[in-house]
This record gives sequence, structure tokens and C-alpha cells, in this order.
Amino acid sequence: MNAVRVYPLRAAIIAIALLFAQTAYAHVGSEAAAGWLTGFMHPISGFDHVLAMIAVGLWGAQLGMPAIWVLPVAFPLVMVLGAMLGFLGVPLPGIEFGIAASAILLGVAVMLRWRPPLVVAALLVGVFAIFHGHAHGAELPPEQSAMLYSMGFVIATGLLHALGIGIGTLQRWTWGHGLLRAAGAMIAVGGVMFLSKAIA
Amino acid sequence: MRGVSNVRHCILAALLTALCAGPAHAHLNATGLGPVYDGVLHFLTSPEDLVPVVALALLAGLRGAEFGRRTVLTLTAAWLLGSLGGLGIAEILTVNSVWSALSFMLLGGLVLTDAGLSLWILTLLAALLGAVHGVINASGVGWSGAGIFALLGVASMVFVCCVLVAAFVTQLRSHWARIAVRIAGSWIAATGMLMAGWSLHAG
Repeated sequence: MNAVRVYPLRAAIIAIALLFAQTAYAHVGSEAAAGWLTGFMHPISGFDHVLAMIAVGLWGAQLGMPAIWVLPVAFPLVMVLGAMLGFLGVPLPGIEFGIAASAILLGVAVMLRWRPPLVVAALLVGVFAIFHGHAHGAELPPEQSAMLYSMGFVIATGLLHALGIGIGTLQRWTWGHGLLRAAGAMIAVGGVMFLSKAIA
Repeated sequence: MRGVSNVRHCILAALLTALCAGPAHAHLNATGLGPVYDGVLHFLTSPEDLVPVVALALLAGLRGAEFGRRTVLTLTAAWLLGSLGGLGIAEILTVNSVWSALSFMLLGGLVLTDAGLSLWILTLLAALLGAVHGVINASGVGWSGAGIFALLGVASMVFVCCVLVAAFVTQLRSHWARIAVRIAGSWIAATGMLMAGWSLHAG
């Protein structure tokens, strides 16, 4: 008997519940806590970012090894490069279009169970990560702890990917395949809505 | 029967210990925790010290038990020696944000790539990290008894933290668990990159 069993559905439910957790303060330095919380809340405060990051996890889970961990590793690393461009004020045209396109294309990839070579998938995810990172970097809040903000920011991003991977494990069941494709379609529809907002 | 007897012994020992317990003060702002525990808490609440130590321990753990043992001993010894050296520095030094960013990126990147470092290079990294952070932690403390005990508290926590993390990672056998460790490394590296960008932006 295996000592450790995997419960993907329970893990997904717990991860979703954690996303809605409220703030807990216990005699901490308020500035430090604010820096961490601001960084943590930033990636999950925009629904367009949330959709894309969950889609990365879902797609990685569909593609299997090694994409299941390469994509969620590539996204934050490239995203912080985009954030650095945003910090430095380097202009990047069409950011909102890029973010909307990321939700559309990643959603469609999940919906169609598209299986490109790993390099193509990583490049696609990396390009989209630049747009997301730039948007975050340009909205950098002043006078926060850089270290704690960065830690919160990266951890939140990673947890969103983990949430996507957790949901993606539903494909172990036959009914899970259809559910994931439906989730991909919903993400794509969300992307279209964001694109229409960006155009308007 | 032996299990029940063990539980009884544990309960008895706990009760006897409770009888000897001293007073417990909530809100210790008046009394403090004492210099050793101040040092322990200082380390645990300073991510600029804690995260590189964790990253180094993750790296050592991925390489195996021998690397873990060498890293734990070297890091702690270098930290203590650095602290001794730092006691002579009157000016209070702080961990520079650029140094932190670089150490996060380097150590996180090495964990992410599961770099096949030799034992000597890992030892060198541990010595460098321990010495630099030891000096910085001790600067401005001066040769007071409380300060020295606080630094001992810091060093002991470095030892404990490094042992626990390295030992935990060393015994991981499943492919997934090792990937999870490498992902943690990627998060540390990404944090360092973001901090570097922030430093460029601020500086």
C-alpha cells in the first residue's frame, strides 16, 4: 500500500479555498505585511491575469511531463523579465491586447487539447508572460518592501499555476477530459471579453 | 501493551515538566525573549537571511547526504566566524538589496537547474554566504554579552534550518518531489530577478 496518496480534487478545492482567504494579522510589522500582501494580491487582483495563469497550469497538465512543470516555471521567470521592463519604463505596445490574446490562445489550446512541441509551448507561454509581467511592473506600488513584495508576487503566481495543474489532474477521469475542454472554452470566452474591452 | 506504557510515561513526563514550568508572559515587549531567542527570531523574520540559507540547503539536499553534511557544517562555521569578525565593526551594515537579489538568483537558479556542483564549489558557496551574512548580522552589535548570545541564537537557527531542509530534501526519492524542490528554486530565482529589477528602478 502506498503511504502517500494523491487527492487532486481535494487539493484543488483547498487551493481554491486558499485563494479566498482573508488577511490574518498577528502583531506583525504592518509595513512588511503590507509589502507581502500587496505583492501577493497583485497577480490575483486582475481576472485577466488569473485566467491566463490558470490556463498555463491546465495546459501543462494536459501536455504531461515535462511541460507540466516546465511551463509553470517558465511563466514566472519570463514574467519578471517583463516586470523589469515595466519597472524601467520600457514601453511595450498592445499590452492589453497581449493579455487578452493570452487568455484566448491558451484557452483554445486547452479546449482543443493542442499538443505542440515543448519548445513551442514554452515560447508561447513566455511571450505571453512578458505582457503580464510588464502590466504588473508598470503598476508597481511605491514605498513597499521590494523583497517581500517580490516574494508575495511570485508565490501568488506560482499558486495560480498550481491551481491550474490541480484542476488539470481531473483528466485522469473520462469525464474530466470534457470538463477541462469546457474550462478551456470558458477561458477563451473570457479572453474575448477582455479583448473587446481593450478595443472599446 | 508497550504502546500504552509509553503513552503513560509521556504523560507523566509532561506533567512533571509542567510542574517545573516558569511563568509565561504574553506580550513580551516588556521582558523580551532573551538574547538567544531574539537571535532565533531575528533570523526567522529576516527573509534576506532565511531565504538564501533555505536555497542553499535545498541545493545541498538535492546533491545528497554528503553535500548536506558539508554544507551544514561549513555554513554554520562560516556564519559564526563571520559574526566574530563583524563584532569588531562599529557601523551597522545591512544586507544590500543587490546582494540579496544576486544571491536569490544564483542559489535559486542552481536549485532550479539541479546543478551538478562539486563538493568543493558547494562548500565555497556555503562559506561565502555564511561569512557575508555573519559579518552583516554582527556589525554594530559590539562585544556585549547579550549581543554575543543573540548571534549564537542566529547561528544555531542557521544550523537547525539548514539541517532540517537539507535532510528533508535528501530523503526525497520520488521524481515529483524533486521537481517540487526545483520549482521552489525557480520561485526564489524569480523573486531575485524581480528584486533586481526593483533595485534598478529605484537606483
